Amino acid sequence: MRLLKYFPLAVENIAVRKLRSFLTMLGVIIGVASVLTTLGIGRGASADIMRDIGSEGLTLLNVESGTYSGDSWTSARPLTMADVAALSDHSLHPDIVQVVPLYRHYIFLSNGENNSYIEVVGTTAAYAAIHNLELAHGRFLTENEIAQRTKSVVIGADVVQRLFAGADAMGQSLSIEREPYTVVGVLVRQGWGRIGNLDGSAIIPLAVAQDRLRPPFTPHRHRGEYTVSAIHVNAVSIERLDAAARQVEQTLRLRRILTEDEPNDFTIDNQARLLERANSVAATLTAFLAGIGAISLLVGGIGIMNIMLVSVTERTREIGLCKAVGAHNRDILVQFLVEALVLTLVGGLIGIAISYGLAEIAKNFSSPDFPLVVLIEPGSLAAAVSVSAACGLLFGLYPAIRATRLDPIEALRHE
Amino acid sequence: MTGLSPLIEIRNLTRTYHIGRTALHALKNVSLTIEQGEYVAVVGTSGSGKSTLLNILGLLDRPTEGTYRISSQDAGELTDRQRTTLRNKEIGFVFQEFNLLARATARRQAELPLFYAGVSRKESRRRALDALAQVGLADRAEHRPEELSGGQRQRVAIARALVNSPSLLLADEPTGAIDTQTGEEVMTLFEQRHQEGLTLLIVTHDREIAARARRVITLRDGEVISDERRPEPAAAR
Repeated sequence: MRLLKYFPLAVENIAVRKLRSFLTMLGVIIGVASVLTTLGIGRGASADIMRDIGSEGLTLLNVESGTYSGDSWTSARPLTMADVAALSDHSLHPDIVQVVPLYRHYIFLSNGENNSYIEVVGTTAAYAAIHNLELAHGRFLTENEIAQRTKSVVIGADVVQRLFAGADAMGQSLSIEREPYTVVGVLVRQGWGRIGNLDGSAIIPLAVAQDRLRPPFTPHRHRGEYTVSAIHVNAVSIERLDAAARQVEQTLRLRRILTEDEPNDFTIDNQARLLERANSVAATLTAFLAGIGAISLLVGGIGIMNIMLVSVTERTREIGLCKAVGAHNRDILVQFLVEALVLTLVGGLIGIAISYGLAEIAKNFSSPDFPLVVLIEPGSLAAAVSVSAACGLLFGLYPAIRATRLDPIEALRHE
Repeated sequence: MTGLSPLIEIRNLTRTYHIGRTALHALKNVSLTIEQGEYVAVVGTSGSGKSTLLNILGLLDRPTEGTYRISSQDAGELTDRQRTTLRNKEIGFVFQEFNLLARATARRQAELPLFYAGVSRKESRRRALDALAQVGLADRAEHRPEELSGGQRQRVAIARALVNSPSLLLADEPTGAIDTQTGEEVMTLFEQRHQEGLTLLIVTHDREIAARARRVITLRDGEVISDERRPEPAAAR
């Protein structure tokens, strides 16, 4: 490519004025670094949310009694074990594979030395499967323990931290409502941002919870049936999620004898919707921050144009000479464009290096409670490089055209 | 060399500058013919139109009226591209102030016309070093202008002017900014190339320099007032 022959010349011209070239590049460096870093933070956060929600399974439906409108819950008659049994009928709900009831209560929990206010969740063995729970130590509650109403408990990472100061909790005893439970498993830390974070939870067999725990504001039984706080429904696939939701809705409306013009007095949420919502918040924030970065890139580009114009004036005599000895207008144009291009590309590359540096630094400030992950994707890199190149071409064009318009005689006479 | 078509032929050439409302005639109705291989000095006081004539002959400027034919081509009908190519290949320029690139080495200065002619880097390098050797600067090829004396700088400029083996060399006060001794060396370099067939046109106000030429054209107020030819000195042959 003939264009290549202009590069050594451009590099030479840039290298001769080191300080000025660096200051010129600074705008692009800051612009590229800030765009990449903010995009990276956005991507990191969104990947975090994706992972958190994603690990709960996108095929999940969360069913709760009451409706949420604006900022308040309207409570209604509770969901009961009879609802769970009804939803478990596979012939009526062909798109549902699993139905898991939850019975939740926030209480003080003690191991004799330390107390902590935590969420106790009563559920069945299938809970671990539908939420892809991973255990750091031990195991999850077994079918047998659930059926036998064994006083076993699986605890989250924060509970281990608070009650056992991070020491080995396996086989230790915990007191829930003055009764001892044996720790049979410890969950892997799940982190902040997760919907339904279990790090601060203790999980016990459903029937035990229903028997021993008395959450306020919720009747313990309803029409003779034990109540549940929520029902998690697992659909056969993401494609069948909406169909599964309709099947749940239909059954619950029938069971609650809602007439056609009455709205649902229960809520069915799906994780995909939560994911979308969380992602759109992250995307808006990212776009806003990246926009600020883009503005600094624009300012950097204008800085380049300014310096290139100064450079054209300074080198007027040189341009005249080049024209006299045979430089075509195209040569002069390309020469200045390549110079602007090299300035912005080098600036862009330095900006990329800095954003990687910032990503490394960010890792040190990241904690499970406040994950700060700067995720720089190849797509963002390609965009940064091409945007800075485009900046060089765009902002180098006017000075380059100015250079080609110089009259060689006037230029040679220029002092 | 006579018998061939003339290298330069200008007819009724006029160049007018407009400064505000006043028209300034830098050249008035000038007609000249220069054959290939001539050695011409153009003399005159400053403001006589010498530089304007040189610029037009060098295809850097266009006449307001009249025709200019170079190598039988009508310069007025050439496109900018063709004029640039012609400057690059057929014409060498030497200026009073050298006009070197401030930061490039002597070799890079000499390579410049070849760069724009699209000659490969390797070939450019070879020819530039060759041209520098011919002006006695083989050992200064990697020096920058600030490391060279005035005479050396002018010799770099001459190497640049000659690197493309042009048929016409235009020099504007080539000895004006250097001492007499170095000026003598520069003139000797020109004359050696003239012996090899190069057409020389030197603009000067130095009578001694002009006296070395075979033909002296004197301008005053934009007009040719004398055009003298003299026999070649026996010593040159």
